[in-house]
Amino acid sequence: MIAGLLEYEFLQNAFLTGLLIGLVAPLIGVFIVVRRLSLIADALSHVTLAGIAASLFLAKKWSLFAGLNPLYLGMAFSVMGSLFIEKLRSVYKHYQELAIPIILSGGIGLGVIFISLADGFNTDLFSYLFGSVSAVSRIDLIIIFIISFLVILLIFLLYKELFLLSFDEEHAKASGIAAKSVHFIFILMVALVIAASMRIVGILLVSSLMTLPVAASIRIAKGFKQTIFYSILFGELSVLGGLMISYYLDLAPGGTIVMIAVAILIVTIMFKKWNIVRAKSN
Amino acid sequence: MKETIVEIDHISYRYEREQVLEDIHLSIPKGAYLAIVGPNGSGKSTLIKLLLSLLKPQQGRILLFGEEIEKFKDWQKVGYVSQKANSFNSGFPATVYEVVASGLTKKLGLFRFLKKEDKQKIMEAVASVDMLPFLNRNIGELSGGQQQRIFIARALVSNPELLILDEPTVGVDAKNVKNFYDMLENLNKKWGITLLLVTHDISAISDKVTHVACLNKHLHFHGESKEYELFKNDEMSFVYGHDIHLLTHDHDHHHGGTNQ
Ligand SMILES: Nc1ncnc2c1ncn2[C@@H]1O[C@H](COP(=O)(O)OP(=O)(O)O)[C@@H](O)[C@H]1O
Ligand SMILES: [Mg+2]
Repeated sequence: MIAGLLEYEFLQNAFLTGLLIGLVAPLIGVFIVVRRLSLIADALSHVTLAGIAASLFLAKKWSLFAGLNPLYLGMAFSVMGSLFIEKLRSVYKHYQELAIPIILSGGIGLGVIFISLADGFNTDLFSYLFGSVSAVSRIDLIIIFIISFLVILLIFLLYKELFLLSFDEEHAKASGIAAKSVHFIFILMVALVIAASMRIVGILLVSSLMTLPVAASIRIAKGFKQTIFYSILFGELSVLGGLMISYYLDLAPGGTIVMIAVAILIVTIMFKKWNIVRAKSN
Repeated sequence: MKETIVEIDHISYRYEREQVLEDIHLSIPKGAYLAIVGPNGSGKSTLIKLLLSLLKPQQGRILLFGEEIEKFKDWQKVGYVSQKANSFNSGFPATVYEVVASGLTKKLGLFRFLKKEDKQKIMEAVASVDMLPFLNRNIGELSGGQQQRIFIARALVSNPELLILDEPTVGVDAKNVKNFYDMLENLNKKWGITLLLVTHDISAISDKVTHVACLNKHLHFHGESKEYELFKNDEMSFVYGHDIHLLTHDHDHHHGGTNQ
């Protein structure tokens, strides 16, 4: 793969994109998991699918849109979906989790309509569903780089506020910080990271890249900063390991990445058990 | 006259269906240790949320440190320890140090990071609740009483002048409750922090507080705790039943009793 990396631009694109999303997906994922919002990632990824299907449909019907990168509409849908979720959560104050199935089914419904309008599945759509190495273009890489940079910068600058909001929402509001604005920025970041990640892992597996490394990290980390560190470490291991293995064995990269993340999770669970047993026998 | 820290001026509040507070008038002088007592559902937490500007009253106004609450900006002067069960996820992967540090969020302001002296303050706050040995433990690994101490440290780290605690001893075992109240008394006497303590069990603290307010939608009593001793004997039974202790259990029985 090293030789291939030097030789083929598509491999470089995939590798660098993987490096970026292996970092940002678990990074934002830590906040998603501790705030118990994991399902929002799922809902938004399906909305993103609708955006991508819409873009592919437009490209097929009107040549004007033929050159349009489906990522743009995917991102736009994802962001709109996140705003809509927030609206629903404030309407159904006592049933906030209702927002998720509403958005999720809305996203799938819309996606299916656009797919059928575009006369069914094609390879392009397939690559978005399950992720693809060969489909990552230079433009994709640049878009994903910009998103990643923004997200890392915002999390760095708003770390205190995001931590407080995640740990104790009521306290965040009572302490007089701009909790609403911080939450809003957070949701926008989630929407963007989802759109960025799906190029490699695919829409169906995006949320697992945001949650599995975090689930493993929480088992062994002390404190929040360490949780972030291990999440990113596990995320990178999964993405880079998955890309490598899928390249050599010709497997679907998204699936391989997720299976490595699952394996890491199992190892951390066993590691903890083993530690407990060892502590008891001492 | 002593400076007034909180002025609650004829406040009324209703949720969609239910009138919860009616014409509450109450003020807290600097240095006071006020206990607000009342049965479950009497509107104590609602009153606290109004004080923290989490809710807006339909009638009346609130002054904090002499300033209208809508214009009040110095929220770092107000420390808050909530009814724990409501607001925090006990599996949260954060150390004691990180939780206490989060109490400085507002004071530091946007885009600012912890400095050396802030780290010193965090250690002092943790030390003041006797929890230094647990500094690097995850918060979820502590007992209920220890967690509550950490939340007090989080509230203290920004040097608040007013500390509001909403039923802080719920879920703390009896042995530690006493220690807990001793610590609060110390904060009030030694550090001069004005305390507002919400509780439905006043017997544990009646000899420690300086002021008492009895709430049950209306304010039934508000004054210094010495006067309260007298009030308790005759009128208290009107609010609560025979003994303040029994009030939640005795409510129905009590109503039957007065009708005769
Ligand atoms: N968010 C809410 N929406 C509607 N009613 C509420 C809400 N919170 C509290 N209440 C009602 O207001 C009353 C007072 O509640 P609360 O202030 O929590 O009392 P306390 O803290 O004294 O137990 C209760 O009857 C409760 O059912
Ligand atoms: Mg309450």
